[in-house]
Amino acid sequence: MSNPLKRVHGYLAEFSSVKEVFHAAEKVRHAGFSSWDVHTPFPIHGMDDAMGLPRSILPRFVFVGGALGLTTAFLLEFLTQVVIYPTVVQAKPANIFTIPAFFPVMFELTILFSAFTALFTCLVMMKLPRLHHPLFNSQRFGRFSDDKFFICIEARDPKFSTEKTKSFLSGLGADSVELVEDEL
Amino acid sequence: MAEAANHDSHHAPHADGPSRAKVLLREPLVLNNRSFSWVTNRVAGIVENPQPWGWWWIVVPCALLAGFMAFCFTYLVSTGVGVWGPNHPVAWGWDITNFVFWIGIGHAGTLISAILYLTRQKWRTAVNRAAEAMTIFAVMCAGLFPALHVGRVWMAWFLAPVPNSNQIWQNFKSPLLWDVFAVSTYFSVSVVFWFLGLVPDLATLRDRCKPGIRKMAYGLFALGWRGGNRQWRHYEVAYMLLAGLSTPLVLSVHTVVSFDFATSIVPGWHTTIFPPYFVAGAIFGGFAMVLTLMIPVRKIYGLQDLFTMKHIDNMAKIILLTGTIVGYAYLMELFIAWYSGSLFEFDAFKWRILYGPYTWAYYCMFFCNVIAPQAFWWKKCRENLFIVMVVCMFVNAGMWYERFVIIVTTLARDFLPGAWDMYHPSWVEIWTFIGTFGMFLMLFLIFLRFLPVIAIAEIKGVLPEADPHYDPSMVKRDNVVAPPAYEGDPHEVSGQPATVTIPGAATV
Repeated sequence: MSNPLKRVHGYLAEFSSVKEVFHAAEKVRHAGFSSWDVHTPFPIHGMDDAMGLPRSILPRFVFVGGALGLTTAFLLEFLTQVVIYPTVVQAKPANIFTIPAFFPVMFELTILFSAFTALFTCLVMMKLPRLHHPLFNSQRFGRFSDDKFFICIEARDPKFSTEKTKSFLSGLGADSVELVEDEL
Repeated sequence: MAEAANHDSHHAPHADGPSRAKVLLREPLVLNNRSFSWVTNRVAGIVENPQPWGWWWIVVPCALLAGFMAFCFTYLVSTGVGVWGPNHPVAWGWDITNFVFWIGIGHAGTLISAILYLTRQKWRTAVNRAAEAMTIFAVMCAGLFPALHVGRVWMAWFLAPVPNSNQIWQNFKSPLLWDVFAVSTYFSVSVVFWFLGLVPDLATLRDRCKPGIRKMAYGLFALGWRGGNRQWRHYEVAYMLLAGLSTPLVLSVHTVVSFDFATSIVPGWHTTIFPPYFVAGAIFGGFAMVLTLMIPVRKIYGLQDLFTMKHIDNMAKIILLTGTIVGYAYLMELFIAWYSGSLFEFDAFKWRILYGPYTWAYYCMFFCNVIAPQAFWWKKCRENLFIVMVVCMFVNAGMWYERFVIIVTTLARDFLPGAWDMYHPSWVEIWTFIGTFGMFLMLFLIFLRFLPVIAIAEIKGVLPEADPHYDPSMVKRDNVVAPPAYEGDPHEVSGQPATVTIPGAATV
């Protein structure tokens, strides 16, 4: 029951070296495309600048997560030890001067909350997890995780054109340029 | 002679132009100019090809040992914690010794994955995956002991601060509760860090699989990774942040473990040197365990080009450094015991090293941890894998003895002679400890079977071709000097020699 109509996802250009894909990415950026990406087996140093991408804002979320962890730990300890059920053990006080004994757990929960914030925020920002993506329809694309480098310009880009984009990518020195489609 | 001639030419330029200063190349992190696809094939091949026959010969006995450990635990839970040896005054015996031993082993993994990442030690890429796996499995082994030594295991949830009908809360001033938070945070963050690092490599395995259950499983855990730079830029920041978070975390975990002892008033435990001493010891013991595991792995699976002699050399140096710090801590402990003027403290150490019932354990510890690693001052010893393995075995044993000495010798001779007693482990305790080794090795072998033992994406990133500005002609210049080659380890992958060959740079 597959739909005979297909939606064009974009053009996928294959490169075989870091140098080629790096300089191609600079040219794609200068051509003014916005919905495009470089798919590589490992992060390439300087690619963010080549693509004109700003710094990730992930650290701000992680800071908030860490602050939340610190607050959680402090409230958990202070409220339970001092407010709800003042516990005097080993002749140690149950008042504001107990706080130094709370530092280890405050530290640990700061780290714990920060780490989970980093993981989940990172996944959200990477738009993962997802079970399917049109790029997986390409046979060639499977080698992005081995030794090939790809640039994909998506059809939703306002500058995308069925003929011009293809010849543009070929002109960048791509080994092959492929039209990637997805089922509707 | 060539050296001398070149040195002279530095002062007197040649007639045909000024001479350039000599450049000593760094040792390449991956030997024999391996390509990206070679790395993929070699590492993914371990998972995809049938395991060597020895895999089954190790994993089955290990599983049996782990199974027997489960029996020991059942016996413990159903009968009572008295089936173990601890008694008054030695209330902590092998259980807490093993706990500290295993948790310490984990520390090397986090050191490699986090601290060496922050310090830009690129050689870590060949080691970090296996070391992090080792961390997680070691912490799993460690966690069993405190959970079971509480005696009434079904009450273990009292450790967690959850509202209960008694309205009694945990004592947050207790280092034992700090320990609960430290160890559980350590385990969780280590798993997160490990998993995030695995995602690109799981995608590699996914892309190489034929459609089927395997592909679906790897695909599920790879989360739909496409290696887009719009993903990598967040991924790299997240990875760096996790490294930055894990660094103080790993230092805090063994610090908190040492607080279990240091905040008590027991002579021999109540010392301020404990936190740094424990952390150094943990890294020391952990590196020995990483080498113990990885030297056979690199040989069996042909990873000598990725996990090179340079790696072993670096790790041996870290073992030497941390072992020496540990030795310094031992001696400083003795010095302070005398210098503090505390009779109890001084006596505790006299019992420990002169005339106590466990002096043999102290000398075992001292030899294994302080004397044995001194072999690594010599390059010949660091290059000889047999010697490296022997020293690592000594360190593994020595770090266990260290915890035994700290815990048992101290408790066996406390304040009142009337309370003194000996401690002997029971068979349940001994087999539980052996069982944790079975579980640890079994988990590590299963890891080797299903997950890439070397971080494929990361190691590709440190190949010279991964730099967009890499110029192969640079190394062909006549002023470039090749680094000295390592001796030993003649059985290189595909019969190639271990020496580093860089075209055009051999003669200067």
